[in-house]
Parts: sequence; structure tokens; C-alpha cells
Amino acid sequence: MSINDLFGKDLGFVNIGAPNFMEDLALQGQRVTQLAWQPPTMAPALLEALDALADDEEVRAANEEAASRIMAAQTRLVGLAPAREVVPGMTENTILHAGPPISWEDMCGTMQGAVVGALLYEGRAGDERQARELAASGEIEFAPCHEHGAVGPMAGIVSPSMPVHIVENQIHGTTAYCTVNEGLGKVLRFGAFDESVIERLKWIEREFAPAMDKAVRELGGIDTKAIIAQAVQMGDECHNRNKAATSLLFKEVAPALLECGVPLDAAKRVMRFMSANEHYFLNLSMPSCKCALDAVSGIPNSTVLTAMSRNGVEFGIRVSGLGDRWFTGPANLVDGLLFPGFSPEDANPDLGDSAITETMGIGGFAMGASPAIVQFVGGSVADAMRYTESMREITVAENAGFSLPPMNFRGTATGIDMVKVLESGVLPVINTGIAHKVPGIGQVGAGIVNPPIECFERALEAFADARAN
Amino acid sequence: MHQVTVVRRNSYFDSVTLMSIGSEIKGREGVEEAVVSMATELNKEILLNVGLATEETDAAGPNDFVVAVRAASKEACDAAVEAVDERLTRKDKGAGEREVVCRTVRQAAAEGFGDVAVLSVPGRYAAREAMLAMRQGLHVMMFSDNVSIEDERRLKEYAAAHGLLMMGPDCGTAAINGVGLCFANKVRPGRIGLVAASGTGLQEVMVQIDRMGGGVSQAIGTGGRDLKEAVGGIMMLEGVKALAADEGTDVIVLVSKPPAESVSARILGLLEMLGKPAVVCFLEGDASIAVPSHVHVRDNLFDAAVAAVALSRGEEVPEAGSTELDETMRAAAAEAHAKLRASQRNLRAFFCGGTLCAEAVFLLRSRLDALRSNVSHRPGEEMGGSEARVGNVLLDMGDDEFTNGRPHPMIEPALRNDIIVEQGSDPTVGVVLLDFELGFGSHDDPVGQTLPAIRAARAAAAEGGRELAFVGYVCATEGDKQGLAAQTALLEQEGVIVARSNREAALLAASIL
Repeated sequence: MSINDLFGKDLGFVNIGAPNFMEDLALQGQRVTQLAWQPPTMAPALLEALDALADDEEVRAANEEAASRIMAAQTRLVGLAPAREVVPGMTENTILHAGPPISWEDMCGTMQGAVVGALLYEGRAGDERQARELAASGEIEFAPCHEHGAVGPMAGIVSPSMPVHIVENQIHGTTAYCTVNEGLGKVLRFGAFDESVIERLKWIEREFAPAMDKAVRELGGIDTKAIIAQAVQMGDECHNRNKAATSLLFKEVAPALLECGVPLDAAKRVMRFMSANEHYFLNLSMPSCKCALDAVSGIPNSTVLTAMSRNGVEFGIRVSGLGDRWFTGPANLVDGLLFPGFSPEDANPDLGDSAITETMGIGGFAMGASPAIVQFVGGSVADAMRYTESMREITVAENAGFSLPPMNFRGTATGIDMVKVLESGVLPVINTGIAHKVPGIGQVGAGIVNPPIECFERALEAFADARAN
Repeated sequence: MHQVTVVRRNSYFDSVTLMSIGSEIKGREGVEEAVVSMATELNKEILLNVGLATEETDAAGPNDFVVAVRAASKEACDAAVEAVDERLTRKDKGAGEREVVCRTVRQAAAEGFGDVAVLSVPGRYAAREAMLAMRQGLHVMMFSDNVSIEDERRLKEYAAAHGLLMMGPDCGTAAINGVGLCFANKVRPGRIGLVAASGTGLQEVMVQIDRMGGGVSQAIGTGGRDLKEAVGGIMMLEGVKALAADEGTDVIVLVSKPPAESVSARILGLLEMLGKPAVVCFLEGDASIAVPSHVHVRDNLFDAAVAAVALSRGEEVPEAGSTELDETMRAAAAEAHAKLRASQRNLRAFFCGGTLCAEAVFLLRSRLDALRSNVSHRPGEEMGGSEARVGNVLLDMGDDEFTNGRPHPMIEPALRNDIIVEQGSDPTVGVVLLDFELGFGSHDDPVGQTLPAIRAARAAAAEGGRELAFVGYVCATEGDKQGLAAQTALLEQEGVIVARSNREAALLAASIL
């Protein structure tokens, strides 16, 4: 670089501050960008740590490695099996939940309801009272899904008998697990545990999962990355909207279901169940993202996020270079639209592991190509594009594998860099459902939500400490 | 309470669209409950729960569209249904061109938006932003002030080590490839390159070069402290090297207050080594310091421009110019003088340009008694801006004391209006001297902003039976966006004698007294 490089060159200017200087550069026909600058609010010591990381060559290289691994992942649904048979560390007393670690006492109502439902479903309790006593007894080992290679939407409860989808990352050898999506309305993930819920779970275990497993194995597995890539081009963002992806999955599975030796009436019920649930694919989108991101965990010096997750009380993130540690802050309320008959007081704070999709670079990060979803934010298509565009500011790369037609086929912003989040003050945008805070009522709306900035500040402190030692 | 339910068979709308409309409708005045949805089982349950289910809705299916409203009046219900239809048929208004919003210089750099960052954020944030910009490979023009001298040195050392320009802090003027940054005049392109530690000093030299028919290749600002010992002239030295290596530059002009001795030696040494013809304008400096033959030292801005233009044309460089006024100006001065009463012995000058003020002080020190100024550091001569104005006073109105929390008078010239008006009531004042800077960054009509004050001062003087002489200088070229001719004409219509350079304005003012 040399000062003389400037001379005679067609220059671009970045104006930071008084807009009249920008206007007069524009008046001279110059390319000028006005920065939407905000003064930093961080403590000076943190700011110094941030700047040290921001342009560190090791960090940059580690983050590029992280982003390239995320993008290289090839994910495949290989089958279904009961959690106890496949989920690492699953014991008969294990119950997995969404988000960072939380004790029974601290869980939100929705999650407690789902735990009650799981204990009833497992036959560990005869009624709600017994289930609550057992949950509080200390006999049950609660743990985050994320710490067992799993992810779960909303309450994210996984108990030993529940069948899980098995999704493998064939490039990096990681595997992730996720239950079968039950549909909308009264469902376990929203804390419902009445008889209809338990019955459906039993049916999934007894008939649906074995049939689906057979069909998937008959097909030799299903490429979930390809489905996501196509669905993103069809208006899904594969978090809150999974219509196209579910249809694509159904299209692949249906013939196999008929051909794999499952009795016809069972196959009919399985197909009817899938076709009635346009969110089915969410529970494949999530583990696909999870096994891609698990391949990124533990890259020394990488400041790229490997998980964003909420338990209804706290929001937690994990950062590649810091391994499996959680950095948490209070979960926000979701800003969105409520179904008729519900008010903001009904809404539970942000909940579920599904923000793994945004961590991967879809969901809110692909909202600009999902026009049907944008009105959740009360905005226009242009707003959604702005959200999606602004995510480029906090990420390392653009994933050509997930290209967005309305955004000129640019890839989704990929590899959330906590340093960039803190530097820009731009928080990841998450599209999400809103659960009723009273267990069992179900979904009351949907909207967008951000992580609390505290997660990132805590991670930065830890990063600075780790590098100092 | 009234209730209206509309079911439309086989009309599909996206559920999210409908939710958004539903929440709008619910917010309407008089509406108590509203459901706008497709008649899915789930939604029918909701209708039941909120008491809006009817036989018709019960019979409807997932492809049927339902609007159900409960409101205070029948009219409110109907209006709500109408509003739903209006919303469903509304054309998108948000499909315009979108711009990428960048919040950090890193992002702007990643998008390929920048070579040069122009910084005017508050001083306490400026050093960090400048460093972030330079780390992204951007050159920096920093208008921000209140940056510590330690930070300035650190930033400039980084810049020098990485081949970057770090102009400022407190750098008001630069022009790269003819593009004016912050406060700059539109000048003819040419082969004179400048490096200046003074904003308006640089503007004046560029303007005079342009008026003499010369042209400018590059104009690099350094900020006022660059030549202090603590910074060591890092950016002026880097600027000189760049101009020396630049094929588009034949003549190098340096503009600054006299630097620290060690810095001066380094700069002159560099010029000697590089060998390119140069003009060194160290304002108020010793014009007789020993320099190599291709370096010409001048002590005022006008003479620096004269020398630079001559060098760029390959002509012989005239000796430092005479400080005599020409005939026209002498006549104008005599005419104005004749109208003054004996008591009117004093000059009051109110500058927007700090270096223009300093140059006037330097030129008038030997011509006017007991001159005082807030730009002076000489004992007996220096004064605070708020001190009583007695005798001959020249003030830099851009000083912190006046601008504290307000825009600089080049941006907001009305800042000096009150003080101009006051001069009408002071029987000792004979001449008021004002400068007006045009060009990029400056106010759109500085003369127009000031005329009411000139008139008010005149009116006040007339009440005391006096006439006040006004001398003005418009630092501008024909190319400036405000229009030099128009601004000059406004002054002349008001009876202001308009000088052609800052030097001429100062000498003229003195000569009237």
C-alpha cells in the first residue's frame, strides 16, 4: 500500500459522521457511503479486547476455516431410532431440553409442561402431580439437547423412548438427532400433555417412526442439504416456514413408503400425518444445521458461533474457539404477531433450539427470500431483505450453497462472528414461534427476536481471558 | 356489541398476511375482537374461543376465507371488513431501490465501498475509528478534533508504516485527484501539489493558484499539530514523499505555521534530497532561512501561490511580492478613509478562517498599533475571545471559545453576526474586516447570512453620526457551488469593499485607517 496508489484512481469514500460532508462528495459525483455509525457502548477494556481480536490474523484464519467447514458440510437423514438407542449419553433417567442448562425449578411453564408430558409418555408417572414430584426429586437428569448431539424445537424435550431423526454430516463425521415434529396446536413442544398429546407421541413411536425409518433406509438416506437449498429458492427460510421443504421431503418419501413393505394402511396414516404438517421439515432442518455446526466446534481462536439456543429463561450461545461453554443472557420477548384471541401478556420469552438454523445462515438470515414470512415483523419484503442483508455485516462468508433468488442469488450470510456482532451492534435476526407461557395452550404467534448482547460480551471476556493465558 | 362475519369460499390468502391484517383490524377504534383467517380447524377453534363462530364459519373449510369482527357498532364492523379488503388489495409500496446499510467501516471496506474514510465523529471515538479504517486499508481524513497528541502520533506512525494517509486530526481541507474533502474549493486541475498543516491556509493558496491560472494536482492536509515536536511532521514528510514520487506533480508547496526547529530541519532536508521544485510557506516564518536553490521560502499565502504558479510554468520565480496596494485599491481606501471621523481609528476583524486571521495579524502587526488577537501567542498581543474588544482586534471566530457546542462559522456564518452588529455602537471602530469561505463543506450563502448584521451595524453607526467601512474577502473560485460572482456582488451592493486575496484585504483595511 502506498499513498501514491490513491493518485489518479477512481476513489470510493466512506463518510463517518457529519452527513453534509457526504452530500458534498456526492455533489462532486463521487462514490460515497454514509456509515450508519453509532458510538460504542462497551466498557473501554472490552473494546480494547474486541479491537485486538478484530484484526488478528490467527482469528481471521480460524474463522475462515470455520465458515468453510459450515459450507462444506453434506447432511443426510439416514434413519430414525429411539433416542435411548442412538443419542450419546442418553440414560433411562435422562430428559433433554432446549437451550442452555437449566434446573427443573427454573424452567418456564411451557418447558415444565413438556417435561410432565414426557414423564407421562414414558410411563414414569401416572398423572401431572406425580410427574412434577418426580421431576423435582432429583432422580431425573436434565441436560441440554445440545450437549447430547441433539436439538429440539420450542421446549425441545427428548426422553429415551422418543424416536429421533438421525442426520449425518458425511464430510465431517458428526451426527445430530431431533424428534419428529408433532404438528401445530396442542403438542408437547408447547408444553401440552393431555391424552391426545401422549397418544400422538405413542403413535409416532409405534407406527410412524418405524415406517419412516424403513422408507428412508429404502431410499439409502435423504440429502437434507439439497432439500434446504431448493426450499430456500422456493420461499422457505427453513425455520419458521417449511412448506416447500416438507413438500420436497414428502415427494421423496411417499413412493418409498409405498414400496418398502410397510402395510398400506400404516403408510396412508404416515403420509396423511406428514402432509398435514407443513412444519415437518423443521425437525430435519435443525439437526442438519446442528451436525454441520458441531463440525466447527473447538477450532482454536475462532470467534464463530456454533450454537444459539434458548430455554425460555435464558438465551445461550457457544463459540467455536471456546468449545462447549455456554454464554448466556436473559431471553428476550419475541416481537411479532399474535394469533387472534391472544395478548402480549400470554407470550413466553424466546424458547427453543431452532435458532440453530440462523446459526447456520438460514432462518432469519434467509428471510429476504421468504416473502411470505416477512409480515410477522409487520414489515415489507424490503424490510426482510434489509434484515437478511444486514446479517452480512456480522458473518464471515456467503454460502453459495444456499443462494437467494430475490437477492440476486447471493448466498446466505454464514458464520456468525461474535466480534463483528459486538463491533457493529447488529444482532443476529431470528425468526421464531411464540409459545403461550401457560403449558399446553400451544403456539400463540410468531415473530422475530434477537439474542441479548450480554451473551456476546461474556463470550468476549472469556475469549480475551483465554488468549491472555 | 355488533358482530359481522364474512365467509368467502375458495379464497386463499397466506396466513401470515392475514395475521398481520388481523392485528391491524383489532387495533381499530371500536373493534373489540377480530379474526381474519382461513377456516382451518385450528382457526375455527379460535373463532369458537373468542365467541365469533357461526354456523357459516363452522361449515367453512381450509380454503375458505373468514373475516369475523365484533365491534361497538354495525358501522365499525362494516368499516373493519372494508379495511380488510383494502389491505388485501393494497399494492406494495416497499419495492424501491434498496441501499446496503453499513454500520462499521469494516463492513464498508468488505463491500468494496471505500478507499478513503472521512471522519467527523466526536473526538473521543475518532482515534479508534481511524485505526479501524486504516486496518482495513483505508486512508483517513479526520476532521474530528479533541484527539490526544499521543493518539495522533500513534495513528500517524501506523499510517506511515502502512503507506496510508492519515490527514488530521482537526484537518479541515484536502483535495485528492481534484475531489474536495470537507472544506475545499473547486480548483483547476494542474501540476502543483500541496501539503498543509492549515485548513484555510491551504484553501487560500489553492484559491490564489486558481485565480492566477495555475492548477492543483493533490492537496494533502495534515492537521495543525503535525509539525509539533511531539508528532514530528510525520504526515507532512509522508505527503512530501508521495508528491515527489507523483508524476502528476511538478511543484511541491508546503503550508504551515513555523514548525519546531528539528521538524523544520527534517522537512527541508527531505526537500533537498528529493530535488523537486518546492515552495515552503511557513507563515510568519523567517523568509531568509538557508535553503537549497530549488526551494523557495515565503512568509504569506499569496506570495506562496505566486511562486508556485511561476515554478509550475517553468518561469522565473519572482521575489517575494510587494505589499503595496494597487491603484484601484488605494483609491477605494482613500475614499473610505475620507468618510471616517477622527475617533474611528480601529480595525475589527472577525475571521471564519483561523489561518487567514493569523496571516492578517502577521501582516498588520507592523502597521497597526496595539493590535490584539486570539490567535496570537505573543505577550501583550494575545487576548481571550471574550475579553473586551478595545483597540485593533482580530478574532478567529472558529476558536473553541466561540464554537463550543455550535457549528464552525464556515458552516454557520451567522455565529459572528451579533459581534458584527456591536461594532456599529463603538465610536472607535472605523473598519470591519470579514472573510467568507465558499466551496464544499461551507454554508450555502454565507454572505446572505451576514448582510443583515452588516446593515444593522451600519444603522447603529449612523445613529452616532458615523459611517462604518467594511472590507470583505471571499475565499473562493469561480467553480465553487455557492457562486463567487453572486456572493461578491451581494457584498458590493452593500458597499463592502471586496479584496482579491486575504493579504490584500488585510492591507486594505489598514490602509483605510
